[in-house]
Amino acid sequence: MDETVAEYIRRTVLKIPRDEIKMMLQKWGFLSEAQLQTLNFHQIKDNISQEVVQLCEENSANIKQAAALDIIYNHIYQNKRMWSVYQMKKSGEELEYFDITDFKKKFKGRLRSTLKNVTITFKEYEDNAIWIRVAWGTPYKKPNQYKPSYVVYHSQTPYVFISASVLKSNLPLLCQALIVASNYHDIREMELRSHSLDSLKDIVFKRYSQNFQTYTPKLLQEENVEPENADIRIVQENRSEKERIHKLNQEAFGSGPQPKLEFAQYRLETMFKSDPKMDVLDKKEPFRCLVKFSSPHLLESLKSLAPAGMADAPLSPLLTCIPHKARNYFKIREKKGLHPENLVSS
Amino acid sequence: HLATSLPLPSERDHLRPSIDLVVFMIDIKSKYSLKNVETSLAHVDASFFLGKVCFLVTGVGRVNACSIETNAVCKLGEAYCSPVLFCELELEGTRIATAQRLVRMLRICAGHIPGVSALSFVSLMRKSDDD
Repeated sequence: MDETVAEYIRRTVLKIPRDEIKMMLQKWGFLSEAQLQTLNFHQIKDNISQEVVQLCEENSANIKQAAALDIIYNHIYQNKRMWSVYQMKKSGEELEYFDITDFKKKFKGRLRSTLKNVTITFKEYEDNAIWIRVAWGTPYKKPNQYKPSYVVYHSQTPYVFISASVLKSNLPLLCQALIVASNYHDIREMELRSHSLDSLKDIVFKRYSQNFQTYTPKLLQEENVEPENADIRIVQENRSEKERIHKLNQEAFGSGPQPKLEFAQYRLETMFKSDPKMDVLDKKEPFRCLVKFSSPHLLESLKSLAPAGMADAPLSPLLTCIPHKARNYFKIREKKGLHPENLVSS
Repeated sequence: HLATSLPLPSERDHLRPSIDLVVFMIDIKSKYSLKNVETSLAHVDASFFLGKVCFLVTGVGRVNACSIETNAVCKLGEAYCSPVLFCELELEGTRIATAQRLVRMLRICAGHIPGVSALSFVSLMRKSDDD
């Protein structure tokens, strides 16, 4: 077995938390049950990984199998990576039948015709997700297995989720291979990034609970704003205000759990508006400013701002439009016209 | 009665009993909280400041998150001749103890304790080096 393969398997096993190693090796299926029985999972990870490498040696593992183990690890720990969303466009409206074998062949063909040194691995999952792992090399160097790119493609949708490796130069090639393989004619990066792959899927596949405006909101029974057992001796003086805030919040965010995003970034290219007497920034140039909101769970924290009394309701549409517009990166420019208001553009 | 600020909404005036004690809660982590209390104080009738007003500062357990200086709150208490209590709501012990203190004060302010008036009690609460 190649030394580089052995080292790569050893390092991959070391990444896995000790209690999960057995499960992951079983999912991998490369080592037999009998071989797995011989492993002692109660020793330190260094020793476990050495033993795993020895067993792989017995089975003559190659880089393809090692890559398969890496995909399994990254599928389970997908939230450790940062994912970007790309949208593909078809030229016509014809629904073509998706053939997975054809897709794989075209994808590999396209990549290999430009770059001979690549390792390409596919894995399909039950939710119609196709995971692709690509390790990149150069015409003179073997692929770097430690910095691969991951692509997640749901064949029934025009969306691709990419977690690129540090080498940004390979991205155009990857995108090209994707559109060729999937019979689309164009691909563009959306302004949507997050660690939570599932939440990105929720946003673009519209799987989160959205609130649809009804024409007769007054007919709905006023919801109990205080679900917890409030003592009847406590009187809320501002009940109507609390209910107004709750209603506006429901309209803006819906009632279900929010998709998980870690940040929203607004790049402002607007003019600085100050008191003319203050004479600040006399030049008529846009004031460049970057505003970034970060949180372990941005949308839930935005949703709780008004009820907690930390912001006025309704919240700015710049914040509440994030899931609907499927973006968390914004550029805000001046609107050209008589009334200078802000225009959100891409 | 819980309210986010003063004045109280007028639509509930007819439902409200007479008020014996006003406790202004200031979250030490929020400058806005202090500002809100300062604005609300203007809506309190002067007669309340004879022992029927108290300031409760919460969140003092989290030293790293303080946005307001305790000095500023103590000065506020002095300016309005009202006691300032400090407590940490997240700790059950101080929470219960503070609640008991407030209930005792409320009973005095409501006139349930014979021989002790709100005014006499609040002058007892003042630190001796104030005079």
